This record gives sequence, structure tokens and C-alpha cells, in this order.
Amino acid sequence: MTQQLIAIGASAGGVQALSHILPPLAADFPRSIVVVVHVPPRQDNALVKLFSEKCRMQVKEAEDKEPLQPGTIYFAPPDYHVLVEGDGALALSTEEPVNHSRPAIDVLFETAADAFGPAVTGIVLTGANHDGANGARAIEDAGGVVLIQDPATAEMAAMPEAAVEACRDAAIMTLDEIAASLAAGVAE
Amino acid sequence: MTGETVEDLEIQLLLDALYRHYHYDFRHYAQASIKRRLLQARRQLGFDSISALQSAVLHDKTMLPNLLNYLTVQVSEMFRDPSYYRALREKVVPHLHTYPSLKVWIAGCSRGEELYSLAILFREEGLLDKTIFYATDINPAALKAAQAGIYPLDQVRLFTENHRLSGGHSSLSDYYTADYGRAVFDKSLRARTVFSDHSLVTDAAFAEMHLISCRNVLIYFDRDLQDRVVSLFAESLARQGFLGIGSKESLRFSAHADKFVEHVREDRIYRRVAR
Repeated sequence: MTQQLIAIGASAGGVQALSHILPPLAADFPRSIVVVVHVPPRQDNALVKLFSEKCRMQVKEAEDKEPLQPGTIYFAPPDYHVLVEGDGALALSTEEPVNHSRPAIDVLFETAADAFGPAVTGIVLTGANHDGANGARAIEDAGGVVLIQDPATAEMAAMPEAAVEACRDAAIMTLDEIAASLAAGVAE
Repeated sequence: MTGETVEDLEIQLLLDALYRHYHYDFRHYAQASIKRRLLQARRQLGFDSISALQSAVLHDKTMLPNLLNYLTVQVSEMFRDPSYYRALREKVVPHLHTYPSLKVWIAGCSRGEELYSLAILFREEGLLDKTIFYATDINPAALKAAQAGIYPLDQVRLFTENHRLSGGHSSLSDYYTADYGRAVFDKSLRARTVFSDHSLVTDAAFAEMHLISCRNVLIYFDRDLQDRVVSLFAESLARQGFLGIGSKESLRFSAHADKFVEHVREDRIYRRVAR
């Protein structure tokens, strides 16, 4: 099964964790990557600028109704949820915060699972809450793959721990292993 | 991408039923979001399936308002995105001063946060007394809340900060009375507001507007419906009238983009080109 969409959630400590995973990916990495990082609502999307400079893949802020393209990393805009539509496009929403967060990882993961089924890889990184756990479970239930940063190696263990708790057979990995797994094509 | 599940089928049937029985048309709303909210409604209203929810809504009229509260998104804040309101003050208000009277449409006004923000801004800029506001929504409960203008006090700190950042000339506390954990906004702010049930999906233009403010509504629609609504706004605007949309929305991909020019690009304020 080809993994077409990679959905990543990160919270406290997330920028450093993402800095391990995203920059090594090749410019022509054949997947779309959608990333939710919990950021304060009124901040300009500094993440896009930061990772544009570090990454070889194209990095941009997710736009409403934008069709997902391979080779591209999309960051959720501050204060908007990002959802994946059945036709393979992204959508934004200002629905109520989930787990006190907007954007919320669960919203991305659940809609990605619904839209792409087994063709989703969900990755849960460091964070101090439990966002992403329900979504990771939804990805598993739809036949997708879940990778979770080993809580022992995470700057904040709570979020990966909650995901480990929620999932049946997620792979628990160090950041280096996650990066290697992505580069190797994830599918195996 | 994956095949249609029974749940997806049930959702389509429920949306059809809502349209055919009650004329509420959610069929062209963005599906991922509508599905999330329907599943939330099913859980929280205590039904085992979407079909059971559908049956209840068709046979029990009192269930409809409950469901509408899930289907329509009602989360906003006053002066959300302060830079939008600052841009209105600095780059739109000077044009509005040149008209003897003004009509402003808040399309999809929900519980009224955007209406009161604009009314306060118009008072501060000396425009309120010559303006008629039209505040429209499809959700009767939301319209009623907009008419009441009462918000939880714990939100008011955020509203106050937003108002300040928008370039407010006064203190937000001049416009409300605090009362038992609630902020009750001054009714003079809505003295010249017409509250009305209007659907962007099915209803037509109803007056010629100088400004339409419709923030974070288009994102809930699919592309076809977005096109319809943008066309409706174009029809509703006076020559050179202004349209403000959400900071992450764009007319760029709209079939009717050529009817507008960007007036303040970064704050998504457009102007109707002469017709």
C-alpha cells in the first residue's frame, strides 16, 4: 500500500523535533506532508519561514480548498483547524478548539483517516497534552500507519504517551528512526 | 479517496432530507467539516446512528434547532483579526464618509460578534448614525443571540485587547454593562440593524450594499457554493463597494474574481469593479 499522505502533530518542543525529521527529506519526496503544531493564535506563521529555509521540500501554509501536492509540506495556519477533504484537498475551519487547541491534531488526523483511509501515516511528536491520541487511533482504525516519538526521548512525554495509550500497534521510534522510516518510503 | 461508507451515505440522505423537508441546504458545505459536526451531534444528542438522528429531526420539529446549532459554526470573537478592523478604519472608512447614507451587510452574522465590532467601529468613526446594518444568518438561535448582544465576561478580556489592537479610540467598556458574569452590549449599537433570516445558499440579493463583511463563512462551503456566494456579493454591492472576507480566505480561485480588485491585499478587503 502506497502511503500518500503524512500527517504530523507536534506541540511543546515540536519545532526541534520537526527540525530532525523534515529537512533531510528530498525535494522530490513523493508524498504530501501536513503538519499541525500548536502555536498561539495571533502569531504570524513563523514556522513556514523557518522550515522553508531548512527544508528541501516546498513548505507553505495550508490554504482552504488547496489540492494536496506531493513534494510539499503544509503547515496549519495559527487559529485555524486544517482538515483533509475526500477529494484530496485541504480545508480550513474556525470551529471550536479541540483539546483547547486550534489548530488541533485530532481534527487533521481524523479527517485525513476519513479521506485517505489506509494511505495515511500519522506521526505524533513531543507535547504536553493529549491532542492527537484520538486521531492516531482513527488512522489505525482506517488501516493507516502510526509512528509515535518514543516518550522517553521526547522533550514533553505526555502527548506521545497518550497516543501510545490510544493505539494498538503504533511503532514507537526515536526521531532518527522516524526520519529514516520516512526516507525509506514508510510503506514497508 | 476511500469508498463511500454507510455513514457517508446516511449523511447524504440526512442532508437531502433537511433540504427537502425544511429547505435548509447544507449539501454544498465542505464535507469534512460537516461530517465531523454531524457525528458530534449524533453523539451528543444521544443517537446510535445518523439515520436515527435523521428520523428524529423529520418527526420532531423541536430537534431541528438542536441540529442547526451543530451544523452552523458559531465560534467567533469581537474584532477577530484586529488588523482587518484597522484596515477598515484606515483604508475603507475614508471612502464611506463620502456617501450620504450607508448600507452594510454582515453575511452569516452568527451570534453577532462581527456586527457589534463593526457598529462600535462605525460609532467611533462617526458613521453609525447614517448606516443601516443588515445582519443575516440561517440559524434562528444565533440570530436571537446576535439581537441580544450578550457575551460571557470571560471572553471580554480578549475582545478588549482585540479592540485596542484594531485602533479603537475608546475603551470597549464604554459599550457594555457587566452583569452576573455577562457583558450586555449597549442596545443603541443595534438600533439601526435589521436582523434577518437569509441563506447565502438559496436566497437572492436584497439591497444595494456599500460594504459586505463575511468573515470565515466561505471556508465552510465547497467550491461551487463559494462561487455562487461570491457572485451574490458582486450583485449586492454598489459600484466600488467593499467586500471583506476572512484572513485565510481568497477570491483568487473564484469564478467571479474578475468582478473585484484587491483594496487591502493582506487583510482580504476587495472592491467591486465598476460595472
